Amino acid sequence: MSSLIDYRTCPTTGLKVDRAAEKLIKANAVAAIVFLAIGGLFGLLVALTRWPAVHFLPADMFYLALTAHGLDVLLVWIIFFEMALLYFASAILLNSRLAGPKWAWTGFGLMLVGALITNVAVLQGKSSVMFTSYVPMMAEPPFYVGIILFAVGALIGCCVFFGTLVLAKREKTYEGSIPLVTFGALTAAIIAVFTLASGAIILIPTLLWSLGLVSHIDPLVYKTIWWAMGHSSQQINVSAHVAVWYAIAAMVFGAKPLSEKISRMAFLMYILFLQLASAHHLLVEPGMSSEWKIFNTSYAMYLAVLGSMIHGMSVPGAIEVAQRSRGLTKGMFEWLRKAPWGNPAFAGMFMSLVFFGFLGGISGVVMGTEQINLIMHNTLYVPGHFHATVVAGTTLAFMAITYILVPLIFRRELMMKKLAMWQPYVFGIGVAGISVFMMGAGTLGVSRRHWDMTFADAILPFDYPSAAFLMMGLNGIFAVMAAVGGLMYVVIVVGSVFFGKKLTDDEKPSYPEVPPESAAVSHYGSSESLKIPGTAFLVGIFFTAFVLYYFVNWKYLSEIWPLS
Amino acid sequence: MAMTPPSERIWWRQPIARIELIWIIIAFTWGLIMFFMMIYWHGAGAQNLSNEAYQIKPQVFAKHAQDMIDEYQVREESGFPVVHPPPGSDVYLIARLWQWWPILEFEKDQSYRLHLSSMDWQHGFSLQPVNINVQVHPGYDMVVTVKPDRAGEFGVVCNEFCGIGHHMMVGKIYVVE
Amino acid sequence: MNENNIPDDAASSDSSDPEQIPLMQRILDNPFLLLVLGIAVPAVFYIIWGIIEITQIPIAD
Ligand code: HEM
Ligand SMILES: [Cu+2]
Ligand SMILES: [Cu+2]
Repeated sequence: MSSLIDYRTCPTTGLKVDRAAEKLIKANAVAAIVFLAIGGLFGLLVALTRWPAVHFLPADMFYLALTAHGLDVLLVWIIFFEMALLYFASAILLNSRLAGPKWAWTGFGLMLVGALITNVAVLQGKSSVMFTSYVPMMAEPPFYVGIILFAVGALIGCCVFFGTLVLAKREKTYEGSIPLVTFGALTAAIIAVFTLASGAIILIPTLLWSLGLVSHIDPLVYKTIWWAMGHSSQQINVSAHVAVWYAIAAMVFGAKPLSEKISRMAFLMYILFLQLASAHHLLVEPGMSSEWKIFNTSYAMYLAVLGSMIHGMSVPGAIEVAQRSRGLTKGMFEWLRKAPWGNPAFAGMFMSLVFFGFLGGISGVVMGTEQINLIMHNTLYVPGHFHATVVAGTTLAFMAITYILVPLIFRRELMMKKLAMWQPYVFGIGVAGISVFMMGAGTLGVSRRHWDMTFADAILPFDYPSAAFLMMGLNGIFAVMAAVGGLMYVVIVVGSVFFGKKLTDDEKPSYPEVPPESAAVSHYGSSESLKIPGTAFLVGIFFTAFVLYYFVNWKYLSEIWPLS
Repeated sequence: MAMTPPSERIWWRQPIARIELIWIIIAFTWGLIMFFMMIYWHGAGAQNLSNEAYQIKPQVFAKHAQDMIDEYQVREESGFPVVHPPPGSDVYLIARLWQWWPILEFEKDQSYRLHLSSMDWQHGFSLQPVNINVQVHPGYDMVVTVKPDRAGEFGVVCNEFCGIGHHMMVGKIYVVE
Repeated sequence: MNENNIPDDAASSDSSDPEQIPLMQRILDNPFLLLVLGIAVPAVFYIIWGIIEITQIPIAD
């Protein structure tokens, strides 16, 4: 059977590459990037409208663009790219053929058709319901049809991933346990199954309701199950981008995780508990008990946060060990100073790690605290937070790994290397800016999803503090920067994929260089004396910031009206 | 490396580095502190939701609100009735496309049982500049006991997207000495 | 390496044969067991418990 499969051998890594898997990775990655470009453009339009001095779009177009932005980036870009990663982490890393490429293509087709249907529905203007489509606000039926098709397609992709794991094991294409990166992808796939199933459970009845076949959907039940999809899909992203961090650390430095056991247990915490945090969205809802809220919003006593904090030490720690073993041992930070900051894969990955932890992670836990949510729910703090997680974290990590995948999978030399060198900085800093300024405006009370913060057309007047206007102006400026960074990415990647120098099957690309496995890290026996002072220092700063910011927000909370 | 299967067949028995272990213990303890902080605040803090809620038909809720308005209206402002209910009483605030109805007037340092419900879609009660934000659903009556601790004029912004007039949906609450 | 030592921790007590893979490693190596757990935990604690809470909201009189 496997003799019929068309393989090539990767000249850089020596891995056997199933060409069917390779084609699917390409197709999914290209679709992802196209939708990132579309969705990013909508994002820029939204940000320009929220810039008080510009106020670009009229109200109806603003709400339309915001709906399209949420759908195209959060759902379509991210999940298409994740499909590419799943096929990469299974078939390629396990040296195996892909199980059922025909099914994978069917999934791809459904996702593509679904995404197009929903986009058309939104652009027609009668489905500006935001990507959350809270009932009883109703979209046109095609809006739901498209999302359902997309979800079914992605579910098929997950099945192909699981099938490939089984196949690789049966055909003994690898020895022992699956690689850590594949384990991270497995975590993402498991969460994806729960996510997509929840989506189907709630959106199918909602579709029937919009067709007039069901009379009533309870808004609280809708919200509960919808967020089992909406929030869990963010957890797919977290698992996937953590896997990407490990992958980039491995490919750029030959870094090896500090401890297989600990890193895998951290992923297990994700599998078990991360999805409970869907309750973040229901903390100020009527009727849910505080027991339910506290247990779920804390991911069962913050065990999933523990997982993230472990990865937060493990990834930079692995890099530090690898760098030190190459002689970069001076002081605390020579290993970091002399890291390849001009390599966009590393720069993007490291900024993703830092921004995700410091901006996204801390703000997420604070906002997800039952009572503190009262001073943040539905303000711009929320989009501020998740642009740090899903844009500065996930999107930046995915961009970073693209720079490695273009030569390895698309078999093209990367073009515009100078531009590529700058891309992660422009995008990363732009996104960090919009995150910080939206969080700032949110702290001042400014509503999310809101066309006019001056309330010019309201009968009763109200004014936000002038600092809030300043924040939104700065947000606009950094949004332009982020959009430029996004455009750079699209241009570099699309340019390279279509016009880059073709590589023959046994030609090694000049970039990326894959370093030899770091010697010092390969025996764990020495781990008692493991030295990662730089990482320990960074982790210490992170922890201090976390504790301070956490209690500062309790202080803010204590200053509002007493409530009971 | 992380891209290849672990080099040791039995990786579970590899020892953990001290520094990782210390970090795990710190992070785990911090998680417990954050977890118990929420529970602690329910006892010791002044800002908690009671989670008291009822299923209610919009017209029933509207009737309660109208009864309150009929009884306690003190004046009118831009077409909105201004209501000054007695301290401690049940107060009803209607959310509908696209207004908060009526305007409420509270007394400082008095408690009120504020009922929130929507007549149509979801809305977001966002009291500004205090910055208290709760979700308002149709079909559910959420009761929040509020005790305004400073006098002044407060805006009620709608912060859940509720259609094309969302950004015009502003209400008002007065707190008097 | 402690493979030749007498098993001293809980994880190894289930495998007196040093070649046998410890239980926890076997769990982590079993994707379908993890899949079941990863669906069951949030389905029970988040969805089912949550829906029960909603259905128990009393009706106003
Ligand atoms: C050029 C880059 C981007 C810019 C300038 C940008 C800007 C914005 C702004 C200003 C908002 C509106 C906040 C509001 O009014 O409520 C927003 C919403 C949002 N953005 Fe972005 N964004 C960008 C990229 C992304 C990416 C890559 C993702 C996902 C991976 C993303 C996900 C979202 C989501 C989910 C929303 C919420 C939509 C809603 O409230 O329904 N954004 N973005
Ligand atoms: Cu509203
Ligand atoms: Cu609204």
